[in-house]
Amino acid sequence: MAHEIHTDANDASNVTNPEHAQHHIVTPLQYCYVFATLLFFTGVTVWAAYLDLHWANPVIALAIASFKAVIVILFFMHAAYQSRLIKMTIGAGFFMFLVLVTMTMSDYISRSWGLW
Amino acid sequence: MDSAITNTEHAIHAEHEHASLPQHRHHFETEEQQREVGTFGMWLFLLTEIMFFGGLFFAYLLYRNWYYPAFAVASNQLSVPLGAFNTVMLISSGFCMAVGVWAAEVRKKNLLVLMLILTTFFGLVFIGVKGVEYHEKYENHHIPGADFSVAQFVNPAAYGIKEQPLSPDMAQHTEIYFFLYFAMTGMHAVHMIIGIVLLFWLIRRANRGDFSSGYVAPIENFGLYWHFVDIVWLFLFPLLYLINRHPLH
Repeated sequence: MAHEIHTDANDASNVTNPEHAQHHIVTPLQYCYVFATLLFFTGVTVWAAYLDLHWANPVIALAIASFKAVIVILFFMHAAYQSRLIKMTIGAGFFMFLVLVTMTMSDYISRSWGLW
Repeated sequence: MDSAITNTEHAIHAEHEHASLPQHRHHFETEEQQREVGTFGMWLFLLTEIMFFGGLFFAYLLYRNWYYPAFAVASNQLSVPLGAFNTVMLISSGFCMAVGVWAAEVRKKNLLVLMLILTTFFGLVFIGVKGVEYHEKYENHHIPGADFSVAQFVNPAAYGIKEQPLSPDMAQHTEIYFFLYFAMTGMHAVHMIIGIVLLFWLIRRANRGDFSSGYVAPIENFGLYWHFVDIVWLFLFPLLYLINRHPLH
């Protein structure tokens, strides 16, 4: 019958592909942990902004923002539980952005050397 | 022979009935495949959004580096308490959206509708606070254009602002800061408004029971969009509001 084809070793129509990940459901408790972490680090970043840390102020602010973004992507957006295809897609997007930033920066930095 | 044909017909019939489910259209082999295709497509869209906002962030980075004193003083005219309050509103909105996705997945219709309403509520509060902030910029002539004024930056003491005065040519560059401020927060707000319009539509459909019988793709994919808009703000807040409180001299 039609359904038996699906269990064949020759999976031409890509049905039994283990990469079609099971639908993982993230629990509300996990969401609560993420929510609490995000609120905590929002407090930390505002507090840190009023300390005079010289060059470290923007570094700390961006590090905290990046950390918050990563946990939003991993848990609120379920990236941690997706198939490798989706994870690679997300990674490739950020990598591409990094490439564009690096190329633009190297152009900017090298045009009038010393006059940044 | 007859029974084999009947069985086959029955199987085909059953498959067609199965394929009429919104979470399993006929051109997908399995529900998992359809769901993954949807998620994949949504992420591709979000990657174009990363490039779009990334360009704006990069413009901000370079201009801030170039006109550093103007950017530091102009940035310090923003209200950190309002920005922090709005950050909390957006995180709360994102949290409600995430719980809403869970409610759809476990088929709790009323909880889903409640969470979508709360998501919308926090989103509207955010837009409202943003409106208050924009209005303050209007009153201070800090909106780029014909009414833009550098008076507060060349003579801060006259306006009760505790900043070093800028030279007139450097003060002109505060307009670039405010241009980028309005471009970035404005595009972010446009995304919020689009999201809120979609939320009204989703609330209506969720209330009808569209998403509480196994078909959760619209809720999940809208969730991805809403969290993305959230992430943009997680970077806008420190970059526009926070990092210039102690400028290097």
